[in-house]
Amino acid sequence: MKYKRLCLVTVVCIILCTLPACSGKSSDDRTLTVFNYSEYLDPDMLERFTEQTGIRIQYEEATTPEEMYTKYTTGAISYDLLCTSDYMIKRLIDEGEAQEIDFSALPNYSNIDDKIITLSKSFDKDNRYALPYFWGTVGILYNTGKVTAPVDSWNVLFDGEYSGEIIMQDSMRDSFMVALKALGYSLNTTDENEIREAAELLKKQKKDVASYLVDEARDELVAENAVMGVVYSGEAYLGNEYNSDLEYVIPKEGSNLWIDSWIVTKSCTDTDAARQFLDFLCEEDVANANFEYIYFSTPNKAVVDDMDEELKTNTAVVPTDESIENCEIYEALDPDTTNLYNELWKEIKSE
Amino acid sequence: MIRRALGKIYLGIVVLFMYAPIIVLIVLSFNSSKSRVVWGGFTLKWYRTLFESDAIISAFGTTLTLAFLSAAIASVIGLAASLGIYTMRKRNYRIMLFFTNIPLVNADIVTGIALMLWFVRFLELGITSVLIAHITFNIPYVILCILPKLETIDIRQFEAARDLGATGLHAFTRILLPDLVPGIMAGFFMAVTMSMDDFVITYFTKGPGVNTLSTLIYGEIRKGIKPEMYALSSILFLIVLITLLIVYISGRTNNNKSEPADY
Amino acid sequence: MSRKKVQVLSIPYILWVIGFTVIPLLFVFAKASTNAEGDLTLEYLLAIFDPVHRKALLLSIALAFTTSLICVVISYPVALILKTSKFKNTKIIMFVMILPMWMNFILRILAIQLLISKNGVINHLLSMLNLPSLNIINTPAAIVVGMVYDYLPYMLLPVLNCVLAIPDDIIEAGKDLGAGRLRVFTRILLPLSLSGIGSGITMVFVPSMTEFVIANILGGGKIQLLGNVIEQEFSVSMNWNLGSGLSVALMVFVLITTFLFGHDSSGSNRNFVL
Repeated sequence: MKYKRLCLVTVVCIILCTLPACSGKSSDDRTLTVFNYSEYLDPDMLERFTEQTGIRIQYEEATTPEEMYTKYTTGAISYDLLCTSDYMIKRLIDEGEAQEIDFSALPNYSNIDDKIITLSKSFDKDNRYALPYFWGTVGILYNTGKVTAPVDSWNVLFDGEYSGEIIMQDSMRDSFMVALKALGYSLNTTDENEIREAAELLKKQKKDVASYLVDEARDELVAENAVMGVVYSGEAYLGNEYNSDLEYVIPKEGSNLWIDSWIVTKSCTDTDAARQFLDFLCEEDVANANFEYIYFSTPNKAVVDDMDEELKTNTAVVPTDESIENCEIYEALDPDTTNLYNELWKEIKSE
Repeated sequence: MIRRALGKIYLGIVVLFMYAPIIVLIVLSFNSSKSRVVWGGFTLKWYRTLFESDAIISAFGTTLTLAFLSAAIASVIGLAASLGIYTMRKRNYRIMLFFTNIPLVNADIVTGIALMLWFVRFLELGITSVLIAHITFNIPYVILCILPKLETIDIRQFEAARDLGATGLHAFTRILLPDLVPGIMAGFFMAVTMSMDDFVITYFTKGPGVNTLSTLIYGEIRKGIKPEMYALSSILFLIVLITLLIVYISGRTNNNKSEPADY
Repeated sequence: MSRKKVQVLSIPYILWVIGFTVIPLLFVFAKASTNAEGDLTLEYLLAIFDPVHRKALLLSIALAFTTSLICVVISYPVALILKTSKFKNTKIIMFVMILPMWMNFILRILAIQLLISKNGVINHLLSMLNLPSLNIINTPAAIVVGMVYDYLPYMLLPVLNCVLAIPDDIIEAGKDLGAGRLRVFTRILLPLSLSGIGSGITMVFVPSMTEFVIANILGGGKIQLLGNVIEQEFSVSMNWNLGSGLSVALMVFVLITTFLFGHDSSGSNRNFVL
């Protein structure tokens, strides 16, 4: 008897928990499934969008473009909109995963800075697929209390003077970028010798590195567990808020300039809803709320124009034209070069 | 006397080691700065904003639902399986244990991606897929907690009851089950704990919009953990602690017999 | 009673194992034994012998072994002390040990990082006492601290369970027959608690081998364990074939190890865990 009851309970439980999944699907609500980096959008804005338009948002997050690509390509979830980095956007466009966006139907598109739209051509040739969302640079965040000599070159990371006090990026492409730029090469080089030379430099540097981190680097620098680190420009502003000794610099050799953009996926059927969402993101209020949520550089001219003078003159928040002069955007690497990168990176990490 | 004292000091050090990080987290829940490395003064505001954060509250709900449901289902299946396995001959017994061990020894990311690849063929990813995944890695813990218990039980009592005319089920619920309860409970709580802590498998098998505390926290590592998360953890910790004290005190008041050394 | 009838009870589980353990595992094997073009190859299954991977495997083994050993060394005295103390409420003891696990493990590991980092809590305390500072963050030692912390309950519970179950009369008998403390320990206590230690080691060793989150956070990304390599192959390099190959190799290795432990330590006792 007891067994029957147990079975019954189990069955009821299973049914109960599958119910919400079914009911969510059968309703006629318009829903968009949106995929974004984690902590990259003010959640209140999602609510506001649903209030304004009645369109529900299913929001998914990931921490790296590769993670997104993995989840996206298995087709397990059909995403409608996706925000990711330049080289991954290029890959998705090349694979035919993106739908053209009719930008003339986005009234707020005019808020987007022409300069960024032009820069976007490097991964979206005719500006047909991608809507810029945030952008920025990679540079050195250093503690002016501990580093007295002026920091203006990547070489400071390699000359051994700050041994054990350096944080590098725990991302293959960004670490190689630093070494390649320090050696004076292009960060998109496919020359095997140049890449190997960069790898040697990184291997030699490893004993001086305190840790390889991603965005956590900011907290470590704030806590003064290290005196300098390679960070994304967006981290610099908040780092300075918590510890006013921290200063951001884009080294003179140049660096990586990155643009994260939205695309509408091939599988999106409700393109009208997608269009509304993209236009909503371009609204000044919304773009400003998202900007104040993370303080990454926004391509939204209207937001930049209305900023306080203090923010506007901060090159980590609003990069000047001179500071990005030597910067390059990542291009998708060919498979052979990618394999070489992977192999060398593993060697560096296992040193 | 000195030995006793030394023993107490030693226990104290071990307990301190286990609870020091917990204390850190509780302290952080009162830190008014959003950065975990800066002390911005004492505040209770995160305990208030916690209840305004839909994301955290709903993730908490999902986490608890998943943990208890998956542990309950895993306990039922695991208990039945343990009884079956127990009566098997040596060879089959070993085979079953081998397969039971597989989810334990597989790297989580492999289990997660393999399950995702399999699920997409017949199931839309959602909370159901996560539940199935959690049950899958929970059953082994249940079995591994119940089986050793079965080994220690004197089966003759059970057989005597059967000889005296009790039905199998009756003999089971009256004689075997009470002895198995500690094992089942241990397995159940182990499963709840595992389910609450899992990140990787959940991440790959979940559908859009489904979040557990772990998936939320993992996304936040890079940008900094939201202080509300510490507040929630502290509350959760306190609830469990109070439950523990109640159990302890009630156990003391009706201090009839010394507890058997289970688990 | 009829064995057959009872064995029927395990059918749901067998179906579950086939459906959600064996079949997904076949996917992994399929990936591991083919290349990106889908042709059969042994390349990825043998990739574990590549110097970089071998180094990661050896380091994983070393750290997992150290972790298990330290866990035994910490747990055993706890069990002995509790055995001789009057406090016998094992339920409470178990709760005290499991309680920390109710806080999310990532949060706990981050808390450890705050404790042991260069400008961390412990170093602040040490400098106040004018003691030399502790410099283990971003080294293998920090990873071991994290793993010992996280997996200690898995060792404590079975060891405690086993030691407390040893009848006092056997120990008394040993003493009466003239055995000294050391002899009581080596000839009575230790042999009788081996099965608990054995299952504890399995429970600690296995997760330590596949771990990557602790290594990432406390190792500062400088130390590469096999778990990290596999995770990287899946989530960054997107080389699923290599990732699968390495995890099959890891799985085989761990299964062999646990099989050996299960045999050597527990002897006739089938007590495997807890």
